[in-house]
Amino acid sequence: MIFVTVGAQMPFDRLVRNVDTWAGRCGRNDLFAQIGNTAWRPGNMAWTAFLDPPDYRQRLFAADLIITHAGMGTILTALEFGRPILVVPRRGDLNETRNDHQFGTARALSEAGRVTVAWNERELFESLRRLDSLPAPQRVASHASCRLLNALRQFVRREATAPAFQPVTGESDPASPIGFLGPEPRQSRRRAA
Amino acid sequence: MLMIAEATERADTTTRKTRILAVASGGGHWVQLLRLRPAFVGEHVVYVTVNRAYRAEIGAAPFHVVNDATRWNKWGLIKLAARMAWIMLRERPDAVVTTGAAPGYFAILLGKLFGARTAWIDSMANVDCLSLSGQKVGRWTDLWLTQWPSLARKDGPRFEGSVL
Repeated sequence: MIFVTVGAQMPFDRLVRNVDTWAGRCGRNDLFAQIGNTAWRPGNMAWTAFLDPPDYRQRLFAADLIITHAGMGTILTALEFGRPILVVPRRGDLNETRNDHQFGTARALSEAGRVTVAWNERELFESLRRLDSLPAPQRVASHASCRLLNALRQFVRREATAPAFQPVTGESDPASPIGFLGPEPRQSRRRAA
Repeated sequence: MLMIAEATERADTTTRKTRILAVASGGGHWVQLLRLRPAFVGEHVVYVTVNRAYRAEIGAAPFHVVNDATRWNKWGLIKLAARMAWIMLRERPDAVVTTGAAPGYFAILLGKLFGARTAWIDSMANVDCLSLSGQKVGRWTDLWLTQWPSLARKDGPRFEGSVL
């Protein structure tokens, strides 16, 4: 199943229309799209306007591949599940968003090897042609980096404690949206002592 | 979730819990806030966001919904500020932590007014420049972070890792 998503904030006709057209041309029937307020109604893929967060997470988990705008929420969750991600950044000049900040997000994440980016329609169709060879990114934990957690922990506790969080590897469980896999602070402090 | 809940109960008996107001608007802001939760283990956390459906993701924690607003919607901003002020009065947080955007902006300003410590974590989506709300509210924070080293400055924001 390929999950196509544009987020909840703004419509994204260019993405939905192009992927829908491609699906029709190839006769694929394994696409599902979350299209928000997009005006284009897909004829070649199942779709819904919005999904509740648990359903959304489940869709990302169940997908073999995700085609999305450069929305941070979708990308972070898809990375948790290690799914290949094809990103189409929204363009400010087409009023797909207020400015071109999605290009910055897409560039940085593609440079980090986290996502594949289709910068224009030609690249989108090219990527769609070779979907099966899109690389799956490394799975990430369901929480922030230990460095950020430690900085926040110090802020929250108002004390310069020893680093409470150490890197661990773990896989995310879609059944538990809160799936917290890192070490629990008090335990680590005991271990350190 | 279970691990967090259990840890919360255990911590209860030993130290006074910090009252944290964790604030984010929708989509990526909310997902990034949730990724910070291990730092809140053992504290009293109250969530504020813009979508009632997000409650399903935070278990039994106290939860408030505010309207989202942009800087082009003056009435929306006034309503948001009023609602956030009411939440501040009711929850009296020791600390405000936010990943943006508009609700976080007001949470920082009002939190400061009510004597809370404040933390702004600029969204990871802001790669080339800081969010406008982050730029405006940064100097009112006790902890001002960007998630990209290239955006860190000597007088803030700092870089201390990212949600990834």
